[in-house]
Amino acid sequence: MSIKQISVFLENKPGSLYAMTGVLAQHKIDMRALSLAETSDFGIARVIVDDVYKTATVLKEAGFVNNITPVLGVAIPDVPGGLNKVLQILTDAKVNVEYMYAFLGGKDTEHAYMIFRVADESAAAAALAARGIQVVQQEEMEKL
Amino acid sequence: MERYYQPEIECASREQIKAWQDERLVKQVRHVWDNVPYYRKKMEEKGLTPDDIQSSDDLHKLPFITKADLREAYPYGLVAKPLKDCVRIQSTSGTTGKRVVAFYTQHDIDLWEECCARAIMAAGGTDEDVCQVSYGYGLFTGGPGLNGGSHKVGCLTIPTSSGNTERQIMFIRDLNATILCCTPSYAAYIAETMKEMGLTPDQIPLKAGIFGAEAWSEEMRQDIQNTLGIKAYDIYGLTELSGPGVSFECSAQTGMHINEDHFIAEIIDPDTGEVLPEGSKGELVFTSITKEAFPLLRYRTRDICMLTREKCSCGRTHVKMCKPMGRSDDMLIIRGVNVFPSQIETVLLNHGYPANYQIIVDRVKSTDTLDVQVEMTPEMFTDNMGEIAKRQKELVDGLRSMLGLAAKVTLVAPKTIVRSEGKAVRVIDKRKI
Repeated sequence: MSIKQISVFLENKPGSLYAMTGVLAQHKIDMRALSLAETSDFGIARVIVDDVYKTATVLKEAGFVNNITPVLGVAIPDVPGGLNKVLQILTDAKVNVEYMYAFLGGKDTEHAYMIFRVADESAAAAALAARGIQVVQQEEMEKL
Repeated sequence: MERYYQPEIECASREQIKAWQDERLVKQVRHVWDNVPYYRKKMEEKGLTPDDIQSSDDLHKLPFITKADLREAYPYGLVAKPLKDCVRIQSTSGTTGKRVVAFYTQHDIDLWEECCARAIMAAGGTDEDVCQVSYGYGLFTGGPGLNGGSHKVGCLTIPTSSGNTERQIMFIRDLNATILCCTPSYAAYIAETMKEMGLTPDQIPLKAGIFGAEAWSEEMRQDIQNTLGIKAYDIYGLTELSGPGVSFECSAQTGMHINEDHFIAEIIDPDTGEVLPEGSKGELVFTSITKEAFPLLRYRTRDICMLTREKCSCGRTHVKMCKPMGRSDDMLIIRGVNVFPSQIETVLLNHGYPANYQIIVDRVKSTDTLDVQVEMTPEMFTDNMGEIAKRQKELVDGLRSMLGLAAKVTLVAPKTIVRSEGKAVRVIDKRKI
């Protein structure tokens, strides 16, 4: 039920992210979503891509330390209060969100997509399903 | 007018100094032979007995002692007095984490403090002076040594220890400190801070500074002198031999007089161990001829240096050494603390990091900085930022407890540490000294 995110270690200095996106461009990898977290000296780039294993491999070959992290993808109607409703469900289920980021739906203009990193994905997915919100599957995400 | 703490010793004739050295060396060799099995074994391996050492002319026959010996003999293997006669230890870092622990009898402490007293008086100090000791106190010899010397001279002593610059400046101004003892980089920092506060040299009561425990340049001396309106004197020493005061600068400021009544200095070729003639550049080797508890014979300092017996304008007759010009090993001196790359490597390995690292030393606003760059590995990497930061902090703590020094840890991308001919360049020292 979870989707696979690639987390990449980057030094916090000019050109680091560019070097990474260069590798992705070279291998014609399409990014669905990207988020950056940083401290003063290093950062983590988190990406959702159309081909997880290829991306992990080409990044590794290019010398980028990375790993695959399971995250939840949720399609939210692109209307006011959409995210609030999802967070209400997670709050009720006492699910802690470690981090999250959003992207608009690409070819799907009806929805915004949220990526959630939570401690317990199945609990979160079950809570969302019980209230009528389906999490996005890997294959769906790759096609977006 | 030049002042001396012990003029009859400091200005003794060369013949007299040689006579002291001959007599004391013979006695010292007998002392270690009788009391330190480690030395006896080393001498026996060279086929020597105390009878082979009849004067300081025979010194070259004795085996060297190195930091490796200190590590092997740690902690008591080189102690030449019963522990009940010892009253103090001081300590400095060793090559791979084992510290050097030096022992002192009360007699040893007295002689060490006298050496520091000579340095203070050579800097113009008298019992009318107020001497602020801003070297660290504790295991580090800087604070205790100058503190003792200051007492011997009769200065009013302010034992501020290092740090808390605001308070340092407050005491200098409120208590009219006239002599400041600290590392040259800390002196430069205090000077800069006072300058930023708008203080001019005539508003600063200091007249002299005794700065040592790390390398400093002539330009740095001029800067400190001009900013504080003082004369800045160099002082040299090693914990292994006693601490600061093995040698010290006089009014001539052209080298440091070695206290030859306590230490015999030699310059050797670091590769062959051969003694080099006066005026040659080589590794400085010391023999302590008066220490009771921790006597070192022919201790290799790894400092590259030169000696001169040219007549000094100050009237002292003891041999002078130049500022150390480098090291014959990879030891770094950072904020007065001895640091070996191998110690840093030990900490990294203990924390599960690979030995892919680089040490970057710099001097920012007169303060040395130590940045340990570690290459990130797939094993260490996690998507959890907090976890990485936590490991980074554990490493910083590990380095602090190993080195006694705050280091910054920077995680860098794999394969970014420069390798020349396949071998990583471990240390980049950007300081211009």
